Amino acid sequence: MKSATLVPEKELLAGLFEKFKSDICVNDSAYVSGLRQKALKAFSDRGFPTQTIEEWRSTSLIDSLTPEYNFYFSPCEEKVDIEKIFRCEIHNFETLLFTQVNGWYVYKQSPLTELPNGVIVGSMATAIKTHPELISKHYGKIADFEKNGLTALNTVFAQDGIFIYVPENISIEKPIQMVNIVNTDENLFIQPRNLIILGKNSKLTLVYCDDSIKHKKSFINSCSEVYIDENASLDFYKLQNKDSLSTVITNSFYHQEKNSRLNTNTLTFNGGVIRNETRVSLKGSGSDAKVYGLYLMDREQHVDNQIYIDHIAPETSSYEQFKGIIDDNASAVFNGHIHVCRDAQKTEAYQSNKNILLTDTAHVSSMPFLEIYADDVKCSHGATVGQLDPEALFYLKSRGICDRNARMLLMYAFATEIANKITIEVLRERIEGMIVKRLKGELSICDQCVLHCKEKDAINFEIDMSKI
Amino acid sequence: MPLLEIKDLRVSINNKKIIKGLNLTVNEGEVHAIMGPNGTGKSTLASVIAGREVFTVTEGQVLYKGKDLLGIPVETRSREGIFLGFQYPIEIPGVSMTNFMKTAVDEHRKYKGLPSLSAVDFLKLMEEKKKMVEIQSNLTNRSVNEGFSGGEKKRNEIFQMAMLEPTLAILDETDSGLDIDALKIVANGVNKLRRPDNAFIVITHYQRLLDYIIPDFVHVLFEGRIVKSGGKELALELEAKGYDWIKQEIEN
Repeated sequence: MKSATLVPEKELLAGLFEKFKSDICVNDSAYVSGLRQKALKAFSDRGFPTQTIEEWRSTSLIDSLTPEYNFYFSPCEEKVDIEKIFRCEIHNFETLLFTQVNGWYVYKQSPLTELPNGVIVGSMATAIKTHPELISKHYGKIADFEKNGLTALNTVFAQDGIFIYVPENISIEKPIQMVNIVNTDENLFIQPRNLIILGKNSKLTLVYCDDSIKHKKSFINSCSEVYIDENASLDFYKLQNKDSLSTVITNSFYHQEKNSRLNTNTLTFNGGVIRNETRVSLKGSGSDAKVYGLYLMDREQHVDNQIYIDHIAPETSSYEQFKGIIDDNASAVFNGHIHVCRDAQKTEAYQSNKNILLTDTAHVSSMPFLEIYADDVKCSHGATVGQLDPEALFYLKSRGICDRNARMLLMYAFATEIANKITIEVLRERIEGMIVKRLKGELSICDQCVLHCKEKDAINFEIDMSKI
Repeated sequence: MPLLEIKDLRVSINNKKIIKGLNLTVNEGEVHAIMGPNGTGKSTLASVIAGREVFTVTEGQVLYKGKDLLGIPVETRSREGIFLGFQYPIEIPGVSMTNFMKTAVDEHRKYKGLPSLSAVDFLKLMEEKKKMVEIQSNLTNRSVNEGFSGGEKKRNEIFQMAMLEPTLAILDETDSGLDIDALKIVANGVNKLRRPDNAFIVITHYQRLLDYIIPDFVHVLFEGRIVKSGGKELALELEAKGYDWIKQEIEN
């Protein structure tokens, strides 16, 4: 296995690319190699984002970029038995399961599965080699790295990730589940690159889980490009349940053609520093994007959701709803930017961000922003930051419910509004269960959580939601 | 020992005196009606007994089953058998009636050292109590009071009371905003819950509720004090003559 260890600094990374160029570019077409060079230039110009950039004002990467990390330039040689290290806890959830471990696609038979109906699912590294025509049509075309140093860096180094191609008129009924696991005894810097292409009238449900098993520092700088052709439909659920030593950067770019439909829901349960940037281009008339998110943060955790929705064509619609509960010294950022172009008449765009702060030291920064150049549109935005409603708390307690359970009921009610948007029933139930566990401080991922809970009273929240 | 004994109670909010020396004794098996013009402290009295924290008790005592009630947290008061029927029940979106009531009933049982009810037994109990207050709709999936009509909210208060079987229930203007049919249902619910070992304090503006819930005592609360007490006939007299004659009596 080829690897190197260094502190991620701009100059060192440029040198790293030169040193391992032949490994990084091993599968490349001329197009992809050319893209890496351009991206390297962009990264050298921009470097890592700092808090002097408006969109990064409230999120600092300084601590995340201080330690040394390992970079892998080829997959781990020993076979990984995925069933030994990871088992999905969503029972009765039938999915086509694909896994990445430490940034590399893991497979039993073939790195790239081609189904009889023309669907292609599998390793990006292989797809770059075997499907250059699909790659050169979309890869690097949706994700603009000129304005985003981290996307540029990803484009320079990206080697693997998930590749999905759904041809015209094909509906994949079973959800595709992608599990991205970090499991190593070393600090790790990984840069997954995903490309999802939906042909006309096609349909896909994708569940993307970020998990970590061992508690070493990790930095994930991922980039996803999604192309949704005319009348196609994508449901994309992202679950982030990482330990507090993780930095997770996700940059997701969506291109939507005429009458296409996107429904994405990002559920952040744990993590160290998490920043999700979602950029949707509603290029075709009648296209619709629903962007939902929920974040439940405590201790020193930080989450930053940046949503940029560009209404380019007329009669496009977007609906954004983000909710968060912030405890202890945790902090959250929401920055929602709706941009309506001059020609995008009859646009409908709604945006809402609601936050509950549980302590005086929890912090939230919410910036709703509308930029409208068309005159016949319906747009609204709203943001709230508050505490649990004292009247509702009194009402619950006046029926004999203790303070802790009363709070739990209200927080659960607040959070499940987002979980209710999930259309897959088993997944929704599971997520609701995870919300309860998370609010109780019992979510399995975090051993730190146990430490945290010891400070608080024993929790009595014994309602089995599934039975009622 | 009286169930509730209030001695020279004085209560203020933001330094404004609202209750100015109130005395009241309620025994098991009794129904007390408290009447009086707006703004005389009726709801404040209910809130202080239930345990709302915004009020400051400056003087006096509230004894419940002989023990000092003030200083006991609101949830403990509920588990000890005190119930407040809210004048304006709170809407709580996202919290289902079932989860709400299951949590409440279980916490009451736990306090008494009883195991929590199974889901089946609990749903059975809910159905039984729903019938008692003639609630037909499927409460199970609805959020607490959300989208309930005025009448439904009040019936829901009586339903919760039926679920928790309190020893001392205070109904704060439960009749306001109800049509005569809803009023009868609410009153019926209360009458079915009457036992020799519990008591009710019914706060109302109107005599008509007292046609259905027959009180043992009627008190007139005026400017923070009980200025007149009598039997059920006092309510009829108030209905006929208004409050002015009482004000005059006080002035004289």
